Amino acid sequence: MIEIKNLSKSFDEKLVLKSISASFNPGVTNLIIGGSGSGKTTLLKCMVGLHEIDSGEILFNNRNYNGLSFTERKPIRQEIGMLFQGSALFDSLTVEDNVMFPLNMFTKMTKEEKRDRVNFCLNRVKLQNVNKLMISEISGGMKKRVGIARAIAMEPEYLFCDEPNSGLDPKTATIIDDLIHEITHEYSITTVVNTHDMNSVMEIGDHIIFLFEGQKWWEGTKDEIRNTDNKELNDFVFATKFLQNLRNK
Amino acid sequence: MGRVLFHIGRYVLLMRSVFSKPENMRIYWQESLREMIGMGYGSMGIVVFISIFLGAGAAVQTAYQLVAGFVPLEVVGQITRDSTLLILTPTITMLVLAGRVGSNIASQIGTMRVTEQIDALEMMGVNPSGYLILPKLVAGILMLPLVSIIGMFLSIWGGYIAAVAGHLTTSTQYIDGVMRDFDPWALSVGIIKLYLFSFILISISAYQGFYTQGGAFEVGKTSTKAVVFSCITILFADYIVAQVLLQR
Repeated sequence: MIEIKNLSKSFDEKLVLKSISASFNPGVTNLIIGGSGSGKTTLLKCMVGLHEIDSGEILFNNRNYNGLSFTERKPIRQEIGMLFQGSALFDSLTVEDNVMFPLNMFTKMTKEEKRDRVNFCLNRVKLQNVNKLMISEISGGMKKRVGIARAIAMEPEYLFCDEPNSGLDPKTATIIDDLIHEITHEYSITTVVNTHDMNSVMEIGDHIIFLFEGQKWWEGTKDEIRNTDNKELNDFVFATKFLQNLRNK
Repeated sequence: MGRVLFHIGRYVLLMRSVFSKPENMRIYWQESLREMIGMGYGSMGIVVFISIFLGAGAAVQTAYQLVAGFVPLEVVGQITRDSTLLILTPTITMLVLAGRVGSNIASQIGTMRVTEQIDALEMMGVNPSGYLILPKLVAGILMLPLVSIIGMFLSIWGGYIAAVAGHLTTSTQYIDGVMRDFDPWALSVGIIKLYLFSFILISISAYQGFYTQGGAFEVGKTSTKAVVFSCITILFADYIVAQVLLQR
């Protein structure tokens, strides 16, 4: 479980996150949604420690995360898997070496064990026969899947995904959403997904936090979001005529 | 002035983090070997090429200035040797390598920064500065001086070819000049410079790359800055080393 308490963050004079508190439970796909500039990427980066927070607390299973040095954070970081918006795969390595990277760095597994684990992770994200391909040789959707495979290689307790289906076609985006959702439930991972994709919200949003102007504006489930009377949330979720018509039917 | 102090402070902090304990020594060593091949083998061609012509140029220009007949022609070999050991190889070669190796390091690390690969390393619990910069420093400090020392011999040989083929001196005069009044200290200073300048070149380029912000345009700017600041620092360090080590 991840808890954030009164988390605030500013860049120079601009307050980007205003005293946000929330809990993210394991085995649940937690979504952070909001328009561009609402602070969702900043919130995600604060939670994983890529941005230092101004005030508040971040707790991973009651272990305080903020205020720790890089070395002190290492044990918690090794429990975290992260899928970046642009996948952030190491383009000098093959697909296999990318997934194997954390295993090489932090485990004492034999070569055979590592290869088995890599194959298991790649199979889990439905990728076969790509082990020896370079990152530049695979498609955007495959990169996301390799990113997920790398993120789960160390059997993480927490999974963070920054806009996992940005830049993907709707079908591939759904595959990625489903994968994240399945993995979260299968391994009871605490998953936090940052997205502004409404399909994701309606498909996998077990627990949703809506950010508006740096504040937590609304919290609920995908079923509750359909019937909310929160004006800002409605403006965001049902922004297109198509979705408005769908809702009114 | 404030900005200069800011960069010096951040550079020192980065170097401290680079030299912190590696997460996995074997992987760091493998990376160092990979970098050694890239830097050593990759720089060999350009060092060979420029060294021969630097020596040749030095010999021809020295001979051109010997207008008075009472200066012995052996001086051509002697001056080519000293120029090679003290300035041509350590400084000029390193300035050229700043363009090749430095820009490569800055753009590589800069691209990793803007594509979030450095964030990915950090998220895995890997010290990104150590993993990305330490192997490059190890490789650079081992390979660049080694390649440059080969360049020293080639530069003196290039001077020989130019002097003899151009009938500026005889073979014996040039070789006598190279051997005459040889001060091993000059060679030592040249080698000290090579190690120091290699460190400067790699660390400044890596620093520039590591703190890149933005996108492709900024990576390009970072690469340029890496070359410019490495060159300026190498020239400044050259002056300081000469002041400290070559005072009679």
